[in-house]
Amino acid sequence: MGAMQTTVPQTGGLLRRMLGLGGVPHAGRRRAPAVLWLPSVAVAIAMVLPLVYLVERSLDGGGEVVGLLWRMRTAEIAFRSAALVAVVTVASALIAAPLAWLTVRTDLPLRRFWSVVTVLPLVIPSYVGAFLVVVALGPRGMLQGFLESLFGIERLPDISGLWGAALTITLLSFPYTLLSVRAGLWGQDPALDEMSRSLGLGQWKTLWRVTLPQMRPSIAAGSLLVALYTLSDFGAVSLLRYETFTWAIYLQYETAFNRALAAGLSLVMIAAALSLVVLEAQARGRSRYYRAATGAARPASLVQLGPWRWPAFAFAAAVTALSLGMPLALLAYWAVRGIAAGETVELLWGNALNSVYASGLAAVVAVLAAVPVVVFTLRYPGRVSWVVERLAYTGFALPGIAVALALIFFGARFATPLYQTLALLVFAYVVLFFPQALGAIRSTYLQVSPRLSESAMSLGKSTTSILWRVTLPLMVPGMLAGGALVFLTAMKELPATLLLSPIGFGTLATSIWAAAEEAFFARAAVPALLLVAVSAVPTAFLILREPRRGQ
Amino acid sequence: MEVGFRSWSCALRLPFLLCASLLLAGAFVACGEDDSGPGSLTVYSGRSEELVAPIIEQFADAMGIQVDVRYAGTAALAATLLEEGGNSPADVFFAQDPGGLGAVEDLLEPLPQSVLDLAPEWARSPEGLWVGTSGRARTLVYNTENVTEADLPDDIGGLTDPKWKGRIGWAPTNGSFQAMVTAMRSRWGEDATRDWLEGIQANEPIVYPKNTPQVAAAAAGEIDVGMVNHYYLHRFLAEEGDSFKARNYHPRGGGPGALVMVAGVGILSTAGNKDNANRFIEFLLSLAAQQYFASQTFEYPLVEGVVTQRGLTPIEEINNPLITPREMADLEGTQALLRDVGITP
Repeated sequence: MGAMQTTVPQTGGLLRRMLGLGGVPHAGRRRAPAVLWLPSVAVAIAMVLPLVYLVERSLDGGGEVVGLLWRMRTAEIAFRSAALVAVVTVASALIAAPLAWLTVRTDLPLRRFWSVVTVLPLVIPSYVGAFLVVVALGPRGMLQGFLESLFGIERLPDISGLWGAALTITLLSFPYTLLSVRAGLWGQDPALDEMSRSLGLGQWKTLWRVTLPQMRPSIAAGSLLVALYTLSDFGAVSLLRYETFTWAIYLQYETAFNRALAAGLSLVMIAAALSLVVLEAQARGRSRYYRAATGAARPASLVQLGPWRWPAFAFAAAVTALSLGMPLALLAYWAVRGIAAGETVELLWGNALNSVYASGLAAVVAVLAAVPVVVFTLRYPGRVSWVVERLAYTGFALPGIAVALALIFFGARFATPLYQTLALLVFAYVVLFFPQALGAIRSTYLQVSPRLSESAMSLGKSTTSILWRVTLPLMVPGMLAGGALVFLTAMKELPATLLLSPIGFGTLATSIWAAAEEAFFARAAVPALLLVAVSAVPTAFLILREPRRGQ
Repeated sequence: MEVGFRSWSCALRLPFLLCASLLLAGAFVACGEDDSGPGSLTVYSGRSEELVAPIIEQFADAMGIQVDVRYAGTAALAATLLEEGGNSPADVFFAQDPGGLGAVEDLLEPLPQSVLDLAPEWARSPEGLWVGTSGRARTLVYNTENVTEADLPDDIGGLTDPKWKGRIGWAPTNGSFQAMVTAMRSRWGEDATRDWLEGIQANEPIVYPKNTPQVAAAAAGEIDVGMVNHYYLHRFLAEEGDSFKARNYHPRGGGPGALVMVAGVGILSTAGNKDNANRFIEFLLSLAAQQYFASQTFEYPLVEGVVTQRGLTPIEEINNPLITPREMADLEGTQALLRDVGITP
């Protein structure tokens, strides 16, 4: 018994008619209230800024850009990028979906502990993660040293290239899928599972045939974030020597000082990214994921793992050890070694506060902006909402430096009083990370039955009051998950922070970068450890705030 | 699903309160900062905070000037300056390499001759738009267990010998490496440089994104020789001690492989604090600041009378080919060559 195939009611909006986009308005169609479409259009305008800038810049180069794109093995780079995206996305889903189910729906030992620590790899900057992977698993790395002492192995196969890059990015980005699926699982109607079991389907068949299909939209939403993150990552692909679009774009900025060509490449990459966005919408399907039955929903009862408890425990422990334990151990080792060698290391509390402050604001603003976009695009489909939804992903799919330069271009010209203020930095974070909030919130919104608001409406409530009193409260798990994602990734954001922050505004990410760039490992390790520690607090707060069961 | 209105307001009350109070605090902070009067200076520094913050602080304290510094990569800051155009708040651009300064030359103002004269002629812009502040040498970093200095060629040209097959590391996308190739094109000519690049390619070098991982790889024995800048080794030595299994070798025959390059500084023509900017540059070329670079960042001073760090090859012992910025101007030609040979895409 999979999800039933019913389409979401087609409703047009006032805006469509105003802009002359829609066809003849059907009788009975509801118009989108301004509280929905205004913020949605504002988000779309914000998101279109990087595109406008990139088009402008690539036109600067004129025919040269087209010629160079042709010469540059662009097709090869596209193929390599696609291969990396595919491997990382699939691997992340294979790690995250079981982990999410285990930590939400089963009696896995230390469930809440795993829930918190498996999200934290998200805050490790990818260049740090990649460097640690090279040090640990490189041809003459720590693993080799260990194997040499045991078996005399003098050299390990080179991990750089596709597999090394894929391993690194997977370990850093699977929490996207994890958080998204967790939020989805909280919202699933347990009645389906129970019904399935009462019909004699058994625990495992229920998982496979009922729970898993219901997880589809949240796996798709998380996977999209993983895919776009992979596409726009620079740190890992550069250190592990795998040439992707973002690598080629950085090369143009960093060594050729060719902004026109970088912009041209970015536009090609955006086209690729938008095809992923369309793919995700297809994977999400038109099925319905909300509760059909009447009566109050109850939390699902925990699945008893029985003898499978310990293999499941080992799985959670292994994922944690690789993605968080290994990096933390290495960082701690560097810190201790540096301090032992007499280096002075400071605990940068001021920078930590700056990081939390800016990232926290970004999380709140992104969530507040994402809620109307989600409701608008899902309840009022049409050309406008189609465009808004696609545009929402542009910032996240671009290399951070391209987005930062776009906002410098507009900020320095048209928003001079805001230029290089915290407001613009938060705005940049929202443009960069908006889809993370969007995806998580959408997954939970898909689980809200439109009948709820319909019945509220029949009781004479206004659309706005329904949104506030009925719809919004049901979206809280997605808002928390989305906020957590934006917060954690903003904590490690580098290019926009360096260029757009108020002058002298240091964050943990900038101090890690400054030290690592000059090969001061101990001085990079201490703020990196602090970054994980500081991020753990709000993460724990959010995770532990997820609805408790069995009360 | 059982999240009613009450628990929703509970769940979000704290973040909302937090947010509101943070915004309020932000507004207060914003009100406090407005002091771009005569006593200030805004620096865009492509040189790392780790390296230059202490010396900039010394300048600020000595002069009583409020110095604001934005730290980021040299190329990213160059791009930032170009996007900001006339609206840039920056007075000074302190760049890691001449390439970054070259990219923004149209935005720079010619420096007074008295400032330019503080540095030797090979270390400043031919148009007088920027001046070098400290030097770094191109060098070969080698693994001390597998290689001795005697094994290494007199000239970097010798690395095309097949005996180095599979033992070399390089970072062809790195700015300093490309500067060295530009120097090769100037000294050896286009064809000899192409032959050298193809010869190294034939030796199947391991490609690194930048200098640091090469130094680590040389010490680990992943490569026997790497082409890097000199000072990264000294940072590793400072953290890991003398047992670190890598050392530098400056090609004894000189040539482009022993190139000494500079970090430099220029003044934006839109700068609002030009006097302070000039003072800043004079300070960077003062004995005190030069001594700081020599002893704290393991770099080479550009003025006479400064003692270099122990363990560092004295600049007099490097067979510096004294290649001028004019000879190194054609970065685009180098990039075209690297693309042509198939080294970069």
